[in-house]
Amino acid sequence: MDLDFAVIGGALPYLWKGFRYTLELTVTAAAGGLVFGTLLALARLSSVRSLALVAAGYVNLMRSIPLVLVIFWFFFLVPLILQGLTGAERPPQVGAERTAIVTFIMFEAAFFCEIMRAGIQSIPRGQLHSANALGLSYGQAMRLVILPQAFRNMLPILLTQVIVLFQDTSLVYVISATDFVGAAAKVAQRDSRLVEMYLFVAAVYFVLCYALSSLVRRLQQRVAVIR
Amino acid sequence: MPMIAMREVSKWYGDFQVLADCTTTVDKGDVVVVCGPSGSGKSTLIKTVNGLEPFQRGEVLVDGVSVGAKGTNLSKLRARAGMVFQHFELFPHLTIMDNLTLAQVKVLGRTRDQAVDRGLQLLDRVGLRDQADKYPGQLSGGQQQRVAIARALCMDPIVMLFDEPTSALDPEMVNEVLDVMVGLAREGMTMMVVTHEMGFARKVASRVIFMDEGRIVEDVSKDAFFGAPDERSPRARQFLSKILSH
Repeated sequence: MDLDFAVIGGALPYLWKGFRYTLELTVTAAAGGLVFGTLLALARLSSVRSLALVAAGYVNLMRSIPLVLVIFWFFFLVPLILQGLTGAERPPQVGAERTAIVTFIMFEAAFFCEIMRAGIQSIPRGQLHSANALGLSYGQAMRLVILPQAFRNMLPILLTQVIVLFQDTSLVYVISATDFVGAAAKVAQRDSRLVEMYLFVAAVYFVLCYALSSLVRRLQQRVAVIR
Repeated sequence: MPMIAMREVSKWYGDFQVLADCTTTVDKGDVVVVCGPSGSGKSTLIKTVNGLEPFQRGEVLVDGVSVGAKGTNLSKLRARAGMVFQHFELFPHLTIMDNLTLAQVKVLGRTRDQAVDRGLQLLDRVGLRDQADKYPGQLSGGQQQRVAIARALCMDPIVMLFDEPTSALDPEMVNEVLDVMVGLAREGMTMMVVTHEMGFARKVASRVIFMDEGRIVEDVSKDAFFGAPDERSPRARQFLSKILSH
């Protein structure tokens, strides 16, 4: 088999564009997912039963559907929902890239919710009591005392979830968004260099994910020491 | 007007009654020690005072303000009633100084500088001024509990509640915490203290409450409690003989 890795060099600017989108998608989905996930976790732990039930329903639904299907559904549904909301004549064009960001935030929120819920529950009840005893409201106690500790304790697991998310973003190829994998696939087909391109993409994913995992392991040891 | 007034406070967990018609008062400057066997409801009782334990029946007034009433600003009331917990409950992600200033800034609206000044004063008083920049995990249990007392005092409370403040401490650290509490009592702080430290009770208590099965069985002066055992209920005598025999 004759391999020609030179194609990679020529395609780098285009690949870089795809890679930047992959990063953007990962970071936005992680940040958005963490925010919404934390809110969902608070809802699930709420003493308002209806709120807890709705949140639990959402989380369980998202966690029981394959991500590919969620991406598909959002791709078809988001324009229709927007049309319903704005009353436009035709479904507005949202674009694959933006749809993907919304989808991943919504999907990741369910997973971050479960991590943050476990984190919140790992904080002794006395912490909330002592915060309340000082006069802090429930919201202040959560924001200033409970959530920072929950976040710190869960940081290794949250980062592991981000690594999974980073890999999962490649699934946006099903709606033809040009992420890192999408860009590589297009170049590969154009130049008929599938093996070289996919090898290159795999190597980049491996190096990044492996480095991040090592970082998580180091963090885990540090968190263990602090406790 | 008494600082704390409880009238027929009752509380149930499902069918199980944890507090049964508890009635007592704590006057300004009083040091009331609450003792009794575990599960007798003493921790639950003291936590009704600042609303950490809701109750179904009865009334608790702190400086004339009803704890259970709908319109009561619980946050404001709690800021005036300092509480010290068995397991310290310092915030482990914050430095000692941040532990002391957090509620001063967020609840009392003090500036950071004012809060730090007050924090340093009280750290000084519990003998830990040099620990301000450390984290709770770097301090011994006794030091952590003294910080917890300083944290409560930072809010300039009108009453201090102690929930078994020395039960989780190694024996050699009990006295450093009790010394701080004795100092507070002698300065005239109104205190309600759940504890088994009878030495502390003998030294500074004005009254002793003995609880059993959710009821206040004895509510008498210190001298009557320790000095006239024959007049005490059989349950209280039995309890006293068990914890004082060694």
